[in-house]
Amino acid sequence: MRRQFPLALCFIAGLFMAVQYFIPHPTVQDMYERLLIWLQTLLAFAFLLGTVSLVRLHYHKIRHRADDRGYSWVTLLALCLMIGLGFFHSAHHAQGSPFDKMFQNVQVPIEATMFSLLAFYVASAAFRAFRARTLESTLLLVAACIVMLGRVPIGDMIHSSIPAATRWILEVPNLAAKRGIMIGVGLGMMATSLKIILGIERAWMGGGD
Amino acid sequence: MGTIIWTTIGAILTLSVYSFLYKDNPFYKFAEHLVVGISAGYYLVIYYFNFIQPNVVAPVFQLRFGDEVIELGSSMWWLALIPGLLGLLLYTRFFPKIGWIGRWSLGIYVGGYAGLGLSPIMQARVLNQIGANALPLTSITNVFLIVGLIGTLTYFFFSMKHKGVLGALARVGIVFLMVGFGASFGYTVMSRVSLLIGRVGFLLQDWLHLI
Repeated sequence: MRRQFPLALCFIAGLFMAVQYFIPHPTVQDMYERLLIWLQTLLAFAFLLGTVSLVRLHYHKIRHRADDRGYSWVTLLALCLMIGLGFFHSAHHAQGSPFDKMFQNVQVPIEATMFSLLAFYVASAAFRAFRARTLESTLLLVAACIVMLGRVPIGDMIHSSIPAATRWILEVPNLAAKRGIMIGVGLGMMATSLKIILGIERAWMGGGD
Repeated sequence: MGTIIWTTIGAILTLSVYSFLYKDNPFYKFAEHLVVGISAGYYLVIYYFNFIQPNVVAPVFQLRFGDEVIELGSSMWWLALIPGLLGLLLYTRFFPKIGWIGRWSLGIYVGGYAGLGLSPIMQARVLNQIGANALPLTSITNVFLIVGLIGTLTYFFFSMKHKGVLGALARVGIVFLMVGFGASFGYTVMSRVSLLIGRVGFLLQDWLHLI
């Protein structure tokens, strides 16, 4: 019951979702749509579960007077503020609402800045790549330099053929490599999906009985 | 006035994150923890109003008490209870003795999405890609594409030792892969730098009005 029943549910749900593409009967399609809604709803509940875990983690830190408990207060208060603005402000989704303003002026700037930080770290990674002396790393570096130069006006000013070389790299060797990777990833995903449906892959059940 | 305050908040948070370039510090940690709380709250509200409210709360409660509405069909309101109950079962993991019940919901979720993905993955990631690369050998470009794809796939074929023809093809695959990774690397650098330009532009233009 503890392990076999979830495996049976997994098999039935997986098999139904896999074969419904080939059965265009209204009843099957109605069941498919209903199951899809269930899956989406489960995703929302799972996200809620993650939020509960986050709250428990920070509550634990505050309760046990951890050194950095001040930051836990920041996280919890920010979470409560957003929930309050979202649930108790009637037009939370409207543009310009306090909920939207918090998103646009706090979340968006911090996330964009965190991603832009990578520009500095990518530069240091490029520096390390410059020092590598193998054929492979040289190819990588030359391709990267041509692509970067070909996408900005200075590339054309240095030499008129750089934009064309960029296009060729993107449309020929890059495309061939990406297709190979995509086919490999696709086959891997299918194999993993089949293993999950057939109960060979059971890591999702976690440990224990 | 409100705009100035919000812009200043955004600017201070931007500078707080950039302070990490010097070293880890309280300003960065504050911004880091703040964004975790804000984004968790944001997505919680979005998920609730996009999925839980229309699919569980509205059908069950509104129809149950005779109100008008919904898409699921009035005589089938009880079907909306199922995703709600399955969702609640996920929370049994907080109680070790009955935590295994949560696997029922997980089983449906994992199996459902595994099955849902099978055909589209086969179509989009495998068949379409092979079809797009099945080109006539009438130009150098086509030859490059075909040899590059075969070489790349050979490089990831581990059932035989890479020796002889297989080794040569795998070597060709490495060359194509490295050029591909280089192109991706270049694109990543460009996107990060454009984000950096955007943030600096925000500080100098929107906040300080210097440019």
